[in-house]
Amino acid sequence: MLQNLDYPFDGEELIQKYRSIKRELLGKQGQFENRRIAILGGSTTDNVRKMLDLFLLKHGIRADFYESEFAQYWKDAMFGTPELTAFKPNVIFIHTSNRNITLYPESGDDVDAIDGLLAAEYEKFSSMWIKLAGDYSCPIIQNNFEYPYYRLMGNKDASDRSGRVNFITRLNLKFAEFAQTHENFFISDINWISADYGLERWSEPFYWHMYKYALSLPAIPYLAHNVANIIKSIYGKNKKAFALDLDNTLWGGVVGDDGAEGLEIGQETSLGQAFAEFQAYIKAHKKLGIILNVISKNEEANALAGLSRPDNALKIDDFVVIKANWEPKSENLIQLADGLTLLPESFVFVDDNPAEREIVRQQIPGVAAPELEKAEKYIQMIDRNGWFEVTNFSNDDIKRAEMYKSNAERSAGQSRFTDYKDYLLSLEMTAEIKPFSPMYMSRIAQLTNKSNQFNLTTKRFTQNEITDAANDGRNITLYGKLIDKFGDNGVVSVTIGELDEALCHIRLWLMSCRVLKRDMEFAMMDELVRLALERGVKEVRGYYYPTAKNAIVRDFYGEQGFEKISEDTDGNAVWRLDISEGYANKQNVIKVNAEEN
Amino acid sequence: MTKEQVYAAVNEVFRDVFDDDSIEVNDATTADDIEDWDSLEHINLILALEVRFGFKFTMGEVTGMKNVGEAVDMIMQRGQL
Repeated sequence: MLQNLDYPFDGEELIQKYRSIKRELLGKQGQFENRRIAILGGSTTDNVRKMLDLFLLKHGIRADFYESEFAQYWKDAMFGTPELTAFKPNVIFIHTSNRNITLYPESGDDVDAIDGLLAAEYEKFSSMWIKLAGDYSCPIIQNNFEYPYYRLMGNKDASDRSGRVNFITRLNLKFAEFAQTHENFFISDINWISADYGLERWSEPFYWHMYKYALSLPAIPYLAHNVANIIKSIYGKNKKAFALDLDNTLWGGVVGDDGAEGLEIGQETSLGQAFAEFQAYIKAHKKLGIILNVISKNEEANALAGLSRPDNALKIDDFVVIKANWEPKSENLIQLADGLTLLPESFVFVDDNPAEREIVRQQIPGVAAPELEKAEKYIQMIDRNGWFEVTNFSNDDIKRAEMYKSNAERSAGQSRFTDYKDYLLSLEMTAEIKPFSPMYMSRIAQLTNKSNQFNLTTKRFTQNEITDAANDGRNITLYGKLIDKFGDNGVVSVTIGELDEALCHIRLWLMSCRVLKRDMEFAMMDELVRLALERGVKEVRGYYYPTAKNAIVRDFYGEQGFEKISEDTDGNAVWRLDISEGYANKQNVIKVNAEEN
Repeated sequence: MTKEQVYAAVNEVFRDVFDDDSIEVNDATTADDIEDWDSLEHINLILALEVRFGFKFTMGEVTGMKNVGEAVDMIMQRGQL
């Protein structure tokens, strides 16, 4: 029903039906997380807020909004308002457009004068970003500029420095440079979005002159969708994996009927070329850390024969799991997710068959299943949805596919051992468990926003808050990095203990599910308690706050030997561990901080 | 389309925009009669009417519109009924 919020959407309809769509979204099952979003506008923002509201609700984010008075974005940023201060935004979105450029060059201006204008116009914006970052320590999203809707000099507007097209291009590059050198600052690329939408329709001057909207009303949902994608990505709500069909999805034809040699893939035919381009597009996601898998109704031998054709861009090795059988695809997807310790709704299910998409949508709420009709349109139908919007590009993302692959190999190894401890020892695990250090701040913040299952308090942190926590002398902060013979898992566990005299309160405890049952949680606790004892702590307090997703750790502290001292009717529980008489280390399969000993 | 039919269609648009099935508009209905009808919502109403009747209001028409009756008159003249 709510597919009207998936690309391609009807902008007019979304605006007309805003109220009823919102009502329907709020009535959906599931939990929402609350966020405060400040929109600082250089033009009317009413429908920008409404559409952002819808797209964020779709991603499970219920937003409160602050909107600046008409076109007061700069004043609000530079001088603040009591309302904005009290609002304490989690995210600031600066909705400006080329209508807000005040210092355009004129024909005949000399190059130095134009460079001066460029520097001054850039300074107007960059000083604002720096001020906002200092005042609110939260992510900032800034529109770059769409091209002007007329060209005084025609084509020369692009090549001559006094042309507006040229000026805007240079300004956009300077915005991009700022984003390259500042964390927590994101460009909303309306230059691209407006081009894709159609600049003429995007910048219909009617809406500016009538209502002071910087873009046409029907285009606003496209802008809001774009900004919501950045916000949901910041909060760890990106999709993480593909589940791909084979026949008529990755190649033309049915391998079981046509044989591998009869498939259309590669440069021989037009259709073969379209599928080859699509395969290359999917394959490129590996570099972003997206996990590729196959779910195909096929005999396994046929599926592998098809994938072995040399003219495929995607090779058998590119996939973490290949499921080729005759079971319902929804069941295959649930099993696949389980095996990879991902949530089923983290998948994008890519299948040309509408019936398969339907069963998967019905059985797995939240899963994405784009409408695929023509092979040459597949890329667009996936790409425009922004499921994999990149905001925080850490090295771990790049290596993730490898890690999941080694995980699959580890599971295969597991069945060969009868004694689980033998298996763990055979992994030759070493861990680095240390206080937060600058190198890992970005990954640590990312983990606090992405981890939902093995997360005791589900407390989210921005990178600035993580840095603050690390610098606060009352805290013991620890990150845990786990390495084994199959590879480096990267930072997989994070905790913050806050000291209060002889008590240590565990405010944050999370672990990536891909290292479940590796005793890493015990290694972390051993280290936390060791450091707490050094600082005179007598008792450790653990807190569990239930959410829809973290039932897996309900008894975590019990397993760690804590006793429960209270639990309310919602299941919020407090646990204690007395360490005044000492503490015995709980794990002996991982070598911790080995290089020092 | 008769005037009555245009009214029925206009009424549907109002109910959609304000998500309120109790709305009944007539000639004399103005922004004062519908709680959520402010200047910002007026913009969305105009867009919804344009989509429904397949034509664009001019700037002058949007500015000069006093009540629902005037909007219906413009639709009768220019809309794709």
